[in-house]
Formats: sequence, structure tokens, C-alpha cells
Amino acid sequence: MSAAARDTRLAWLLCAPAVAAMLLVTAYPIAYAVWLSLFRYDLRFPEQRAFVGLANYASVLGSEVWWQAVVNTLIVTVASVSLELVLGFAFALLMHRALFGRRVLRTALLVPYGIVTVVAALAWRLAFDPTTGFVNRLLELDGDWLAERGTAFAVIVFAEVWKTTPFMALLLLAGFTLVPPELSSAARVDGATRVQTFFRVTLPLMRPAVVVALLFRTLDAFRVFDTVFVLTGGAQDTASVSIVAYRALITRLNLGLGSAVAVIVFACVVGIAALVGALFGVPYAAAGARRR
Amino acid sequence: MSARTRRFEQACVSAGSALVIVYALAPVAWIVSLSLKPAADLGDGRLLPARATLDQYRAVFADPGFAAALVNSLGVASLATALSVALAAAAAYALVRLTFPGRQLLLSAALAVAMFPPVAIIGPLFDLWRVVGLYDTWPGLVLPYMTFTLPLAIWTLTAFFRQIPWELEKAARVDGATRLQAFYRVIVPLAAPGMFAAAVLVFIFAWNDFLFALSLTSTDAARTVPAVIAFFTGSSQFERPAGAIAAASVVVTAPIVVLVAVFEKRIVAGLTAGAVKG
Repeated sequence: MSAAARDTRLAWLLCAPAVAAMLLVTAYPIAYAVWLSLFRYDLRFPEQRAFVGLANYASVLGSEVWWQAVVNTLIVTVASVSLELVLGFAFALLMHRALFGRRVLRTALLVPYGIVTVVAALAWRLAFDPTTGFVNRLLELDGDWLAERGTAFAVIVFAEVWKTTPFMALLLLAGFTLVPPELSSAARVDGATRVQTFFRVTLPLMRPAVVVALLFRTLDAFRVFDTVFVLTGGAQDTASVSIVAYRALITRLNLGLGSAVAVIVFACVVGIAALVGALFGVPYAAAGARRR
Repeated sequence: MSARTRRFEQACVSAGSALVIVYALAPVAWIVSLSLKPAADLGDGRLLPARATLDQYRAVFADPGFAAALVNSLGVASLATALSVALAAAAAYALVRLTFPGRQLLLSAALAVAMFPPVAIIGPLFDLWRVVGLYDTWPGLVLPYMTFTLPLAIWTLTAFFRQIPWELEKAARVDGATRLQAFYRVIVPLAAPGMFAAAVLVFIFAWNDFLFALSLTSTDAARTVPAVIAFFTGSSQFERPAGAIAAASVVVTAPIVVLVAVFEKRIVAGLTAGAVKG
């Protein structure tokens, strides 16, 4: 056997377990979900199982609950990702500039990143609670934040932003290293203001890092589940698409209808990824950031 | 820039840094404070407890459900971490050291899994796991955790492996070591820091998961802490569960705080590996 053939064989052997796991736990189940979505299949009434074609998709796409959830999810996604981007830049600049205590700063920021999402959401739920919490006392308000749709969304977005901004900041900080310091100094010497230097020199050079961070955070935000589950459980019309899918599949054990929701969510994620790719030209094969 | 503006700028940066630290640690301080309040003070709305007691911690550890969940969380997260890093190390070695058709395929598969919405497969897994007997078991959680952390582990390890002086491997092979020996005796020790970074990131992910734990377990046999804590009620129906929730939260947050404090550099390096170089 030639050396190249030996290399190939060894490479495939080494990659096989990882590839097999990924196929077994994602590709196979999603194919199975597509299959299930074509049936009337409720685990509480298994004897009524029957092929129904695309009827499940028709009921999902014709239901108000689903479209409400899409709107809710988009609200949370757009609000939290844009706030995170701004705040993340501020934090990244701070870490970039800080002369002392960088280590302390980075360690502190890793706490929100590492903390269990459910725990963070519980902490905020208790903080915003009218009897246990300190937020109302601090702001001299009384009112139940989680009992109304608008304020409940505010708390959800707040909790999401708190948890994920540090990740954004760390990715952006890494992006700053793409910018050679000589370039921004040169721009400054040429008379550009700081703001101009940032938008005309630093930002364009950081673009790949920003796009990757945005893509992964957008997909993450679109899948939001834990925070909403803990804070409102989907009450006050705050259910996200993941909550709707979970309810249909696990709470109501309606595998047929639930799978249709799941497949649509999957299609949305593919759509978002393709859209971001088309808009910003993500080097997909090279993208290397990741989820929380 | 004059010395004065420079001093002013540094003062702003320091003030900003202090604010960021408060931002990051406030909720942690808040649950610690809440967990120390005696039951009667839970509604006082104070940021700092007026009196402190460890009663809530005693109650939480006396709860058999929570103790079981802690064991489950530790066991499942550790197993998933070990498996994910082992599989990813093999794949990353191939990616860095060998040229082979299909490399792009592996990278694309990893990227696809990284973007995959877990909620899309909880139904099929729920159905399959019940049939094959994995529902409400450790392996039933270890498998999805291992899979969903593979991209993270592969990217992190690939980035770290690129920096290893591979000539040493060649030297060992010239000295008569087999490929496997050269790998285990020479490369593994050099790769250990990267493997460690990947392990910490994978562990944090598995420790954090809520959706799979909620969907694929139902009893003390495999329920992990996030799935238990979200449904905490007081020991009696008249008691506010806030104290118990806070104490349990502190217990699951403590290991994370220790991990990030000790491995801060490696976590950041692992997290941003690949995001920059592409």
C-alpha cells in the first residue's frame, strides 16, 4: 500500500468514531423526525397511528400558537443579539485597553459564560420576584415583572444578554488581534478621529470574527429554551419555538405533530445559516466559533 | 496624546472594569446572599442578609432527589467529557497530521452539528431511547452530550494540535518507536494542555444542559441537577422554595466558578481557537 493510501486509511479510522456519533445522534434522528411528522402519532393513543401526509405541517403552519411563537422567538433573538453585540464590543474594548487586572476581568466574565443557564434564569427570577427580589426595591417599583408580556420579555432578554455577552466579548476580543496596531495608529496620525478609526479601520478588519460571533449567537438565540422555560414557562404569550416543540413532543406526547414543529424549527435554522452566509459571506468551512 | 488624557482614559478603563466585574458577579452574589438568609428573612428584599444561616444547605443536601441529581450530573458530564475528548482527539490528529480526501466533509459535519437545534431531535430520541432501553439512563444522556460537544472539542483540539512541534514525533519514529508509541509517549504529553482545555469546555456544556435532561429522563436514576432544580418546591407547601433554590444553585455554580478561576487562560484560548484564524 502506498504511503498516501495508508494515510487515508488511518485518517478514516481515526475520524470514524466521531463521524459515526454525529450521524447516529443528529442525522438519523432528524430523518426519523421527518418520517414521524408524516403520521398521526400520539403516544397516548398509539393505536390511532396513521399516515397523514403533510397534514401535520398544515396544522402547525395554520396555528396561531406557532406564529405567535415565531414572533416571540424573533423578538428575543433580535433584541438580545443586537444588545449583546453593542455591549460585547464595549467589554472587548475594555479588556483590550485594561492595563491592570485583565486576568480578573476575564475570569469574572467567564462566570456568566460557565454558569448553568437554568441557575442564572432562576437567580434573575428570584431577583425580579416582587416578594423575594431586590430589583423592585432598588428601582422603587412594585409590580410583577413576569406577569405581563412586555416586562416578561424584558426580563427574558435581560437574562439572555447577561449570560451570553461575555462569550461575544471574548470572540470580539480575539478579533481585535486581527487588527495590526500600526494600522490604527497610522489612521490616527493621518488625522482620523477615534470613532472614524474604529469604524473605518478596526471594524472592517475584524469582520470575519464579528460575522462568526453573530452567526452563532443568532442561531443560539433562536433556539432559546432554558431561560424562557424557567422565567415564564411560556406563559404571558412568551413561548419560543423550542418551547412549543417541547410541549407538543414531551408534555403532550404528540410525536407526529411535535415532529412537524421540530422539522420546521430545523428548516428555520438552516435558513438562518444560509441567509447569514449569503449576506455576509461566512467562510463556513472555516468558521470555528461555537455555542455556549 | 497628553499624559493627562492618558491618565483620564486609564481612570475610565478602570472604572469600566470595576463595573463589568459587578455585572458578571452580581447574580452569583445575589444567590449566595439569598441562600444564607433564614427562611423568615427571604421576603425582606435586602441585597445582603441581615442574619446568616446554613439551614438551606443542610436541607438541600438532606433532599435525596438533589443528592441523586448531583451524582447523575457529575457522572454523566464526566463520561461525556472523556468520550468526547477521546473521539475528538483522534479526529483532530487526522485533521492536523494527515492529508486525506474527506477532511472537508468532517469539518462540514462538525459545523452542521454545531448549528443543529437540539429541540429538533428530542422527539425521535425520546421514542428511540424508550425502545432500546436508554430512556432515563446515563448513556441516554451521555450520547447526545458527547455528540453535541464534538465540534467544540474537534475545533479546540485542532487549533492546539497545530502548535505542537511534530518533528518530535518523527524523531521518536526514527529512534524506532511505532506510530502508536510515538503518539502516546511523545505527542500525548505535549497535547495534554489542549486536551484539558477541550475537556473543561465540554464539561461546562454537559453540566449546563437542560433540554435533553428534561426530555430524556424522568427519575432519580438519571435526572441531572438543572432538571431537578427547575422544579424545586419548598419542603412544605407553605414554605417559599427560594431559599432551597438559591442554596442548590450555589452548590452547582461553585464547581464552575472554581473551573473558570483556575483554567481561565485555557478556556479563553479554547473558546476563541479557530474563531480568529478560520
